[in-house]
Amino acid sequence: MLKGHQSWEFRNRPVILGTATAVGPEEGRGPLGDEFDIVHGDTLLEQKSWEQAEKMLLEEAAKLAIEKAGLTKERIHFYIGGDLMNQIISNSFAARTLGIPYIGVFGACSTSMESLALAAQLVDAGFAKYAVAATCSHNSSAEKQFRYPTEYGSQKPPTAQYTVTGAGAAVVSRDGDGPVVTRATIGRIVDMGIKDPFNMGAAMAPAAVDTIEAHLRDFAIQPEFYDLIVTGDLAKVGHAIAVDLFAKHNVPIERTKFDDCGLMVYDLNKQPVQAGGSGCACSAVVAYSHLMRKLRAGELKRILVVATGALLSPLSYQQGETIPCIAHAVAIESGVNAS
Amino acid sequence: MIFLWAFLIGGAICVLGQILIDVARLTPAHTMSTLVVIGAVADGLGLYDPLIKFAGAGVTVPITSFGNALVHGALAELERHGFIGIITGIFEVTSAGISAAIIFSFLAAVIFRPRG
Amino acid sequence: MDNDSKKSSKKDKKLTMTQQQYKQFAKSKEPPRPVLKNCARAFFVGGFICLIGQLLMEMFVHWFKFTEKTASNPTVAVLILISVILTCFGVYDKIAQWAGAGTSVPVTGFANSMCSAALEHKSEGLVLGVGGNMFKLAGSVIVFGTVAAFFIGIIHFLFGAGWK
Repeated sequence: MLKGHQSWEFRNRPVILGTATAVGPEEGRGPLGDEFDIVHGDTLLEQKSWEQAEKMLLEEAAKLAIEKAGLTKERIHFYIGGDLMNQIISNSFAARTLGIPYIGVFGACSTSMESLALAAQLVDAGFAKYAVAATCSHNSSAEKQFRYPTEYGSQKPPTAQYTVTGAGAAVVSRDGDGPVVTRATIGRIVDMGIKDPFNMGAAMAPAAVDTIEAHLRDFAIQPEFYDLIVTGDLAKVGHAIAVDLFAKHNVPIERTKFDDCGLMVYDLNKQPVQAGGSGCACSAVVAYSHLMRKLRAGELKRILVVATGALLSPLSYQQGETIPCIAHAVAIESGVNAS
Repeated sequence: MIFLWAFLIGGAICVLGQILIDVARLTPAHTMSTLVVIGAVADGLGLYDPLIKFAGAGVTVPITSFGNALVHGALAELERHGFIGIITGIFEVTSAGISAAIIFSFLAAVIFRPRG
Repeated sequence: MDNDSKKSSKKDKKLTMTQQQYKQFAKSKEPPRPVLKNCARAFFVGGFICLIGQLLMEMFVHWFKFTEKTASNPTVAVLILISVILTCFGVYDKIAQWAGAGTSVPVTGFANSMCSAALEHKSEGLVLGVGGNMFKLAGSVIVFGTVAAFFIGIIHFLFGAGWK
C-alpha cells in the first residue's frame, strides 16, 4: 500500500521466518561475535580468490536462513540480492547455486534494506509466498576493487571505514511466527558534493537523514514511535553528522535510541577499523543477528533499520565526480504481543 | 658523518611526502609522481649530485632519486650522442631498480598469495 | 550571499550553495589527521630506511669491490627484495599504516606497490592478472619520471647548458 510520497505500508504483515549471518574473523572478534551464526577463522574460506570466498559466505547465509525458516530452496519463490562487486557477481553465482528465480539489485551498502523492502512488498502484495533477501561484502574484495591491493602500504586516514566481511540473509513469508516487516521507505539519491571515498560517512549522512525524515513525514509519526532507529554504516563521522543534521532540521531524534551498525559491529578502541564498519554486510549481519534476536525476545518492539549506500564507482571517482548516496528504511516489529 | 646526514635528509624527504599526503591531500600515486618530478628537476638544475655526495643513501634511497637517475641517463646520452640521446638514455641508469622490482614481484606472485 | 560564495574555492563552483555549506560543515566534523605525529613517524622510519641503505652501500663498496657510483644499484635491489618479502608475509602494510610516507617514499614503497598489485591479481592468472596489473600503482611514477626527464633533456639541449 503506498503511503505518503515514497513509502509502503505492509498491511498483510509479512513475517521474517528465518535469518542467518556468516562472518569473518574480525567480525567474530567484535562485540557481537557470539551472535553470528557462522564465524570463519580466515577470510579466504579455502577458495582461490576473495571474490569466491565472498560468494561462499553468501551461499552459506542464504542456505542457513532457508533451513532455519523450516523450508527448502525449492519452495522459495524469489531471491533478491546485491553486493559491491562489479556486475554483482557474488549474488549471480550464489543464485546459480540456489536455483531460485533471481532479482539482482545494486544499492551498495543500502542493499540489505533495499532487498528486504522489495521481498516484503512481493509477499505482502501476494506476488510471492516466500522470498529471500540477501547481501554480502568482503573486506579484501572491496579493497581490491575500490581502493588499493590489500598488501599495499597506504596509510588510512581516521575517517576511513572497514568493510565488513560477511553475509546476511532473511526469508520473508506470508504467514508464520517471527518479527514482522510493517513499513518501508525507498530513498532518493542525495549528493551533497562530497568527493572523498575515504570519508563515506560524511557523504552518506544526508541521505540517511533525508530518508528518515521522509519516513516520519509519510507516516505522520515522530521518532519515539520506534524503540530504535539504526543506520547501516555511517560510522563515527557520519553518525555524528547525522545527529547534527537532525538538530538543524528540528527533528527530535534524541527521543529515541539512535545508533549505527558500523559502530555496533566493531569495537573501535580495540580493532583496526578507523571510523567503523561499512559494506553491504554491515547492516545485514547486525540486523539479521543481534537486532532479530532482540525483536524475537521482545526486548525491542519496533525498530527502523536505515541502510545507507554510497553509489560511486572507482571510475567516477577518478573522473572527479562527487559521491551520490541513498538510504532505504525498513520498519520491523517484534512478533511478540503484536501491536 | 654521512650516516647522520643520510638519516636526516632521508627522513626530511619522507616528511615532505607525508605533508603532501596529509596536508595537500594528494593520493599516494600523486605524491610519488610529484616527488619523482622534483628529483628530476633537481638533477636538471645540477643540485642532486652534490646532495648525493653529502647525504649518500639519504637521497639515493627515496623515490626522488629515480627522477634523478632518469635525467642522468638522458643527459649523459645527450652529451654522447646528441639529441636522440635524450630518448635512448633515459632508462640506462635506472634499470637495476625497475628490473629488480619486476622480477621479484613476479616471483612473489608465483609463490605467495595476498593475505588480505 | 556574495560573501559566502567568495569563501568557496574554485573547485566548488559546480556545487550549489547548500552543498558548499554542507561541505564546510562536514569538514568541521572531520577528525583531524594527526599531521605532526605522522610526520614524526615518517621522519624516523624514512631516515632509518635510508640509514640501512647507507650501511648496504658501505658494505658493497668495501666488501664487494663496487665503486661509490655503482654501489647504489645492488643497494636498491636489496631494499626492493626486503620490501617484497615483507609484502609477501603481510607485514609491510601494517608497518606502513604506522609509518606513512616513511615507508612509501623510499624505493621500498615503489617495490611494495608493484608486489602488492602482482599478488592481488594472481587469481586472474599470470599473464592478464599479474603481468597486466603489476604497474597499476607504480605506472604513474614511471610515466611522469620519464616524461619529466624527456622535457628536462630537451631544455638542456635547447639551451646548450651542457652538463658538468
